Amino acid sequence: MRAPAIERLGLRTTGLVQHLGGIAVFVGKIFLSAVKPPFRFRRLVSEIFDTGVLSLAIICLSGATVGAVLGLQGYTTLSRFGAEGSLGAVVGLSLIRELGPVLTALLVTGRAGSAIAAEIASMVTTEQLDGLRMMSIDPMEFVVSPKALAMVLVMPLLSALFFVCAVFGGYVVGVRLLGVDGGTYLTSLEQSVEFVDDVAGSLVKAVTFGALVGVIATYRGYTSEPTSAGVSAATTGTVVVSSVAILLSDYVITALWGV
Amino acid sequence: MSEDGGQEFRVVLDGVDLTLGGRRVFRGLSCGFPRGQISVVLGGSGAGKSTVLRLIAGLQRPDGGSVRIAGQDITRISERALFVVRNQIGMLFQGGALLDSMTIFDNVSLPLREHSDLSEEAIARQVGQRLEAVGLPGTGDLYPRQLSGGMVRRAGLARAIVTDPEIVLCDEPFSGLDPVNVRRIEALMVELNRRLGITLIVTSHHLASSLRMAGRLTFLVDGRAIAGPPAEVLASADSRVVEFLEAERDGPVATGAAESAADPGAAA
Repeated sequence: MRAPAIERLGLRTTGLVQHLGGIAVFVGKIFLSAVKPPFRFRRLVSEIFDTGVLSLAIICLSGATVGAVLGLQGYTTLSRFGAEGSLGAVVGLSLIRELGPVLTALLVTGRAGSAIAAEIASMVTTEQLDGLRMMSIDPMEFVVSPKALAMVLVMPLLSALFFVCAVFGGYVVGVRLLGVDGGTYLTSLEQSVEFVDDVAGSLVKAVTFGALVGVIATYRGYTSEPTSAGVSAATTGTVVVSSVAILLSDYVITALWGV
Repeated sequence: MSEDGGQEFRVVLDGVDLTLGGRRVFRGLSCGFPRGQISVVLGGSGAGKSTVLRLIAGLQRPDGGSVRIAGQDITRISERALFVVRNQIGMLFQGGALLDSMTIFDNVSLPLREHSDLSEEAIARQVGQRLEAVGLPGTGDLYPRQLSGGMVRRAGLARAIVTDPEIVLCDEPFSGLDPVNVRRIEALMVELNRRLGITLIVTSHHLASSLRMAGRLTFLVDGRAIAGPPAEVLASADSRVVEFLEAERDGPVATGAAESAADPGAAA
C-alpha cells in the first residue's frame, strides 16, 4: 500500500511542476508577442473594448453602491466619536488601498475573465485555433496575447473609475443625505490620500491583478479539453483560481508596499 | 516509400504509431498520397480518417514513424518551421473552423492579408471568386452564425483554397450537403485538381462521389492502410473492405430487408 501512495505523491508533484512550467512558457510567449512584430493593434483595441468598455456599467454601478455603503457605515461609526469630518478620509483610504483594486478585479474576473476563458475554450472545441495554425497564424499571438494584454491595460483604468464612482457614492450619502459638509468631505479625502503610498500602490495592485486574471483566463481557455465540459471547466476554473490569486497577491503586495 | 508504380508521392506516412486517449489508433500505418491527384481516405467511423489529415497538417504529432511532405519529415521540426510548411497546405475542417468573431469575407481573406502583399481590390476580387466557386456569392458581409452548417463548411473550403496552396486537405467535405452541393463541391475539387494540379486528400463517407473523383483510394482498417488505384482496392479480396463496400452498396434498408428475409428461414 505504501508504494502506490508515494507514487501518487510523485505523480502529483511532477504534474504540478509541469503545470507551472507550462504557465511560465505561456507567459513568456505572451510577453514575446507583445514586444515583437507583427503588432496586432486592431485586435488589441477590440479586446480592450470587450474587456473594458463593456465592463463600464457594472464597475460604475458597483463603485457607486460600495461608496454609498461606506459613507453610511463610516458616518454611523464616526459620529459616535464626533468625527464625521473624517468621512472623506475613511471612504478614500479604504477604497484606494483595498476595496477599489480588489473589488474591481473580482468584478472584472466574473464579467470579462470568464468570458475570455469561455471564448478561447470554445475556439479550441470548434477547431478555430487549429484553423489559425493551418493558416500559419500563431493563435498565441492572434488570440491569446491581445486578450491578456487588454486585461493588463484595462484593469488600472477600471479600478480608477471604480474609485471615482465610489467617492461620488460616498459623497451623495454622506453630504447630501446625512449632512456632512461637502468641503470637509473632499478636503479630508485629499489630505489623507498620499500619492506614493496610496495611489501608486493602488495602481501596482490593479496592474498585477490584471496580469493575473489575463494569464489565468487565457491559459485555462487555451489548455481546455475540446468538449463542452471543457468549456465549463475552463470558465469555472478561471473565476475560482483568479479570485484566490487576487486575494493572496493583495496580501503580498500590501505587506511588501509597507502600507 | 516514395515511389509507387512510377507515381511520385507528395505526402508519405511511414510506420506511424499513434495512441490517443488510451486507444491505439494507428500501428505502423504506412501510406502515400501521389502528387497532383485526388486521394480519398475511406474507413468506418473511428478508423482515424480525420487523424490522418491532422498528422499530415502537423496538428498531431505521432508517437513513432515519420510524416514526410515533399521529402521533409515534419514530425521532428519546430512549430515555427511547421508554419513554413503549412504555407503550401490548405485545410478544410469538419466544422468549417471559421472564426466566429469575423465576417465570411474577413475569414476567407485572412490568409491573404497575413501572407501576401495584395492590394485591397485584388484581395476582394480573389475572395469573391472563391466564394462564387463554392456557391456562396454575396455572403461576404454575413457572420458564420448566420449561415447553415453546410454553408459554413463551403466557406471553410473557400478559405482553404484562397491562397492556391499545393496541397488541400478536406475533412468530410460532403457530409451535411444537399445533392446539388455535393455535385458542386465535387466538380470544384476535380477542377482545382485538373486546372491547378493541386494535390487533394479527402476523407469521406460518401462512396459514390469518392469513386467518381478519386485517383487513389486509401482504406483504413485496424490501424493500417490498404491503398491503391480505386479499381484495385475495390477488387480487393480483404473481407473488411468487401464488407464496407457491400454495406455501402446495399444501404441500411436493403441490409435490413435481407435480415428479415433470412429470419423466417432461421425460425423454420
